[in-house]
Order: sequence, then structure tokens, then C-alpha cells
Amino acid sequence: MTDVLVIARLALQEAVRRRVLTVVGMLTLLSGGLYLAGCISLKHHVGGLLETPAIKPIVPATLLGLASFTTLFLGSVLSVFLTAGAVRGDVDRGLVQPLVVRPVGRNSYLGGRALAAAVVSCSYVLLVSVFATALTRLMFHNLPPSAWQVIPRLVTGVLVVTALTLLVSCLFSTVATGVSVLMAYGAGLVAGLLGEIGKSFGAHTLTRIAEAVSWALPFEAMYRDALQKLSPSGPLGQLVQLGPLGGANGGGPGLWLFTAAYIIGCGLLASWRFGRADL
Amino acid sequence: MSTPTEPILAARGLTKSYRTTVALRGVDIHVSAGEVVGLLGPNGAGKSTLTKLLCGLVRGDGGTATIAGAAAGSTPARGKVGYLAELFRFPGWATAAEVLATHQRLGHRPVTDPAAERAALLAEVGLSNAAATRVEAMSKGMQQRLGLAQALVGAPEVLLLDEPTSALDPAGRHTVREVLARARDRGTAVLLNTHLLGEVELLADRVVLIDAGRVVAQGTVAELTAVHGVTVETDQGRVEHPDISRDEIPGLVKRLVREGRSVYSVEPHRSTLEDLYLELVGDRETQR
Repeated sequence: MTDVLVIARLALQEAVRRRVLTVVGMLTLLSGGLYLAGCISLKHHVGGLLETPAIKPIVPATLLGLASFTTLFLGSVLSVFLTAGAVRGDVDRGLVQPLVVRPVGRNSYLGGRALAAAVVSCSYVLLVSVFATALTRLMFHNLPPSAWQVIPRLVTGVLVVTALTLLVSCLFSTVATGVSVLMAYGAGLVAGLLGEIGKSFGAHTLTRIAEAVSWALPFEAMYRDALQKLSPSGPLGQLVQLGPLGGANGGGPGLWLFTAAYIIGCGLLASWRFGRADL
Repeated sequence: MSTPTEPILAARGLTKSYRTTVALRGVDIHVSAGEVVGLLGPNGAGKSTLTKLLCGLVRGDGGTATIAGAAAGSTPARGKVGYLAELFRFPGWATAAEVLATHQRLGHRPVTDPAAERAALLAEVGLSNAAATRVEAMSKGMQQRLGLAQALVGAPEVLLLDEPTSALDPAGRHTVREVLARARDRGTAVLLNTHLLGEVELLADRVVLIDAGRVVAQGTVAELTAVHGVTVETDQGRVEHPDISRDEIPGLVKRLVREGRSVYSVEPHRSTLEDLYLELVGDRETQR
């Protein structure tokens, strides 16, 4: 375990020294400011409508849906950038060899890199989500009943992206890993939207494709499950479900088990692949 | 120089292929404590593969290799090895002291005073003033010296060095030779993979010449560069005797004197490592 912490510390030190965390922090403050400005402006313009019972739950739900999309996306980008070069990329650069020749074990190396990326990206998602939810509550004195349940789903979604990136980084160089994971991320979101369109128009093929993609890329399923927690009941709630943020869809308890297995599976595959690689 | 003892590094019949390319075809090699073995051969001969296999970076296909009794590449074996890769890099943002500190932590060896060990290692490779210098601010030569210091962390019993002098100027090479000589005197077994025949002649106790994945010659520098032939200058002129060995020279001189020749000079033909290398390996680069 000590070796894992040493490797994780090394990766975190790099993020600090390379000012990754500073830049992320500053830009997050900026986007937080934008969110605050949006909330203030919306409150000013919508005004009395916010007191209408049918409208009241829609506004914070929509805002939090937007915040969830952005947070998951930025958290995933952060995770991909921190992890894309973890294995093949750093092997190609000659950074890994001096470390794994020590009695460290390749699994400890992988664990350290995964831990560092997970700590940074999950903390980011956690902090930004808590901030957005608290700010929304403060501004509109109202939240969807399950709003706080969105946060663990987003954090888990980013964890899935981290595990997937680590696995792909065992196969491809840094750029190829980054591109392929971000494209998979985009494909997941598109599939979610297509599934929602399929549901609306009764196109079962689309819904089946979306379902399959959600299983293959469970961060998408987690995101849709998170949106489900935000979706207000009633006909106006459809606005959130059909909005540009992807379709809400409850995953059920099986989703958590499957996602845990998926993350562990990615880790085991990465360990198997890295353990047999000639460096 | 200490006397070499039982091999601490022993490999027999090592084989390794990368898909269709055969890198090692049954290599036997051994290095004893307090011995420097120079590993020579052309590019692509299998030297780096052999070094990587011994430190666990590459998985062998066949044969056995042990380091201090443990299977090469295993955790206990890696705990006894210091390794300098041919192509390596340290994080550019880290200072020299931080690089060494990381390797101390990962070395699993108790060190009484880690800071003192770091300072001593940096002094040994001539980087005393660079402890707080970031790697990205170092020249290639300084990074190479830092790489050597990293390999020496924890006083390993076996040093596997892949082209340790490749980026160094003559002063740097001299420093490396001194460092390796001191390591040998401390009882460290050193496998030195290099293209520089002069380095090997100056430093190595034994030489292993490898080509196309096979050991084609091995022995001490003296053995490999033994006298083959002699040129004798007499009152009848200079005559070459190409098949005469070192032990046969006195007999030849006696015979010439008995025959009434006046012998003015005797010049033994001593081949160099370069002669041997070119004879056994040739210009393999252009033949590939």
C-alpha cells in the first residue's frame, strides 16, 4: 500500500507542479461564477413564475441538470488528461521503467496512478456538485427531492471514466488513449440522447442501442440515473427529461453492482495487460 | 580490485522473441560479486533485451536467470538490482533530490539517514550542487549522472547499466568509470552494456560479446586480446610469424640466434578488442 501512495503522491505532485490544479481551480471558479450569474439572472427574469407550483420545481431541476452535465464532462476531461499517459505513454517516454524495476510491482504502479487520478477528478466533481446544489438551493429555496443523490452518481461516473482510461492507456499511446476515451464519452452521451428520441417516437432499435451503450459505458447509465433523480414529476417534468442534457432513466440497484464490477474489471484487465507487457 | 567470487547473477539458455524477431537465442552469462562484465555487440544484438530481462522489464521465453538466488525479475531479485535504462527519463518537474527520495521510498531498504545517502550519491556522480535543480533544467549529461545515482540508491548488489556513458563528455565518462570501479571495490556485480570498446578495455574484468542473440566470445580482456603472431627484425630484415603464440616467442628467438641471425627487435601482435569485435561481428549495421 505504501508503494501505491508513493506513486500516487508522485502523480499528484506533478499535477501541482505543472499547475494543473491551479488552472482547474481558477477555471472552476470562473464557471462557478457563470453559474451564479445564470441563477441570479434567471431569478430576476422569471420572477413571479417561480411561485407557480407547476414551474417551481422545473427551474432548479433544469439548472442542476445543466450543472450535472458540465460537471461530469469536465471531471471526465480532467480524469482523461491525468490518466491517458499513465502506462503506454509514460513507458514510451521512459518514465515508468526506473520505477517498476524497484521492488514495487506493476500493480502498485497502476494503483497509484489510478488513485491519483481518482482523487483529483472525484474531488473535483464532488466539490463542484456540492457547490452547484447548495447554490441552487440558496437561490431558489427549492431543490428536487433527490437532488443530493445526484452527486454520488456523478462521482461514480467519473470513476468509471478513470478506470476505462487506465485500461485503454495500457494499450495505446497518450494521444490515442485520450482521443478514444473522449470519443467513447461522446458516443455514450449521443447514445443517451438517441435513446430518449427513440423512446419518444417509439423507435425500439434506438432505445435498444442506447441501452446497450449504457451497459458498455456505465458512466452514461450513471448520468441518466442522476438525471432521473432530478426529474420532477408531472407533465412539465418532461421538459427536463427531453432536454438537451440527455435522457433521464433510472438504473435501479443493479446499476451500482454492475458499475462496481465494471470498475474492478477494468482494473483487473489493466493489471493483466500491464503485467505481461514488455517494457 | 577485489577477487570475483561465486556468480551473484547467473543466466542459462535465455531465449526471447518479439513476434517474428528472435532477440535472444540461448544466452548464458554470469557475473560475480565485485566483478565488472562488459556486454558488447552491435545494435540489435540483444544486449538491451538481455539487460531488461534480467531486471524484469521483459519476460523471457525460455531459460533461467537468478540474481542472488532469486528468479530474475521477481520482487526479491529487483530489490537487489540497480538499473539504468538506455532510454530513461525522470519527471522534469522534480529536483534531483526528489528523484532520489522517490527511489529510496520505493527501494524497500532501510536507510538510517536518507538525506545523507542522497547527498553522498549526488556527490559520487558529481552533482553535489544540483540537489535542488529540476531535471528539466539539467543537461543530458547531468540527467545521465542522475540516472546513475538513481541506480546506486540502496547500495544494490547488482548493477545493470545500459549505455551509462552514452550522453557524457570525456570528463563524465571518467566519473562513471570511477563510480563503477568504487562499486566493484564494494563488492557490487556490474553488467555494463556499452558500445564503447575503450570503456570496456579500461574497466571490465570480463567481456561478453553478443551477436544476433548469441554469445560469440567471452573472457577477460587479456584473454580476448592475446598475442597472435610476432614480427621479428633480424640482420636479414623484418619477418612476420603470424601463427606464433606468446609462449612460443622465446623458442623462436633462440632458434633464430642458433641459426646465426642477429635479432634487433621482437614485436608481438596484440589484437585489440576492436579487432576482435570486427572479426567476429563485422559491420553488422550495414549488413542488416
